[in-house]
Amino acid sequence: MSESRRPRIAVVVFPGSNDDGDAVLALAGLGAEAFPVWHAEPDLPAADAVVLPGGFSYGDYLRCGAIARFAPVMGAVTRFAGEGGLVLGICNGFQVLCEAGLLPGALRPNASLVCRDIDVTVERADTPFTARCQAGQRLTMPVKHGEGCYFADDELLAELEANRQVALRYASHPDGNPNGSVAGIAGVTSADGNVFGLMPHPEHAVDPLLGPTGGALVLGSLVDAARERTLAPA
Amino acid sequence: MKATVLVRPKPGILDPQGEAVQGSLRHLGFAVDEARVGRVVDLELEADDPDHARAELERMCEQLLANPLIESFEISVTDG
Repeated sequence: MSESRRPRIAVVVFPGSNDDGDAVLALAGLGAEAFPVWHAEPDLPAADAVVLPGGFSYGDYLRCGAIARFAPVMGAVTRFAGEGGLVLGICNGFQVLCEAGLLPGALRPNASLVCRDIDVTVERADTPFTARCQAGQRLTMPVKHGEGCYFADDELLAELEANRQVALRYASHPDGNPNGSVAGIAGVTSADGNVFGLMPHPEHAVDPLLGPTGGALVLGSLVDAARERTLAPA
Repeated sequence: MKATVLVRPKPGILDPQGEAVQGSLRHLGFAVDEARVGRVVDLELEADDPDHARAELERMCEQLLANPLIESFEISVTDG
């Protein structure tokens, strides 16, 4: 296998997902072989990473992500994550991962809907999802959600900080925390570091023709990490 | 057997929906200091034993109907 092999990245499509197409395009542009997987599939095709995209899975009924976590494919995603597989959840995908217990905490309604570009600060540049960034670097990406207020109680928050699971935080300037998230948390990893969720949309920030490109560093990091896994002996 | 599940945001958890409702009620002239908005789920169960039904409802709440990190729930079961 050559270094140029395109890693296979599955993008799960739930009924109501609407950023799946952009995720596939962005990942393909960054060198991955990205492909959609329908939520009703009981198994995942061979993949080096899995992305749960943004949108309104199952109409956001009950709580955002609460129904999607029981989709047939989620059993396979949970096993994949349990075996150390790379899983990225964006916006609604982050909500699904929290509801599924693959990520800690919960996402609550914001005080009001936010839909604009924001800056995040990279707290961890040594994860599979941020390795192309520098610690302390600012990334500009859009947010667009009504329920992205990250919540962890005091005990859980202390644990997340102690384990350094907060990979991205909303930058305090110029606009600050857009949704009231505790400790300005924009993205967290699992304790093992192979699952990551964030509310900003990296897949909408990859092309300089369309605006900021902070997202290319996040998705590019994932493509690099997925490629490394394809080269590693099984 | 019928059951009703009430799901509420836990105390101390920000409830923007409740705040909006409270603001709107005050705007209408009602003296409301706080409003918290939860959810009601009415269920019809294939069960005859209220204890069994209650145990099933607890599991439904823990698995799906409520998120125990941020919500509390209350179950009531009625015959008929």
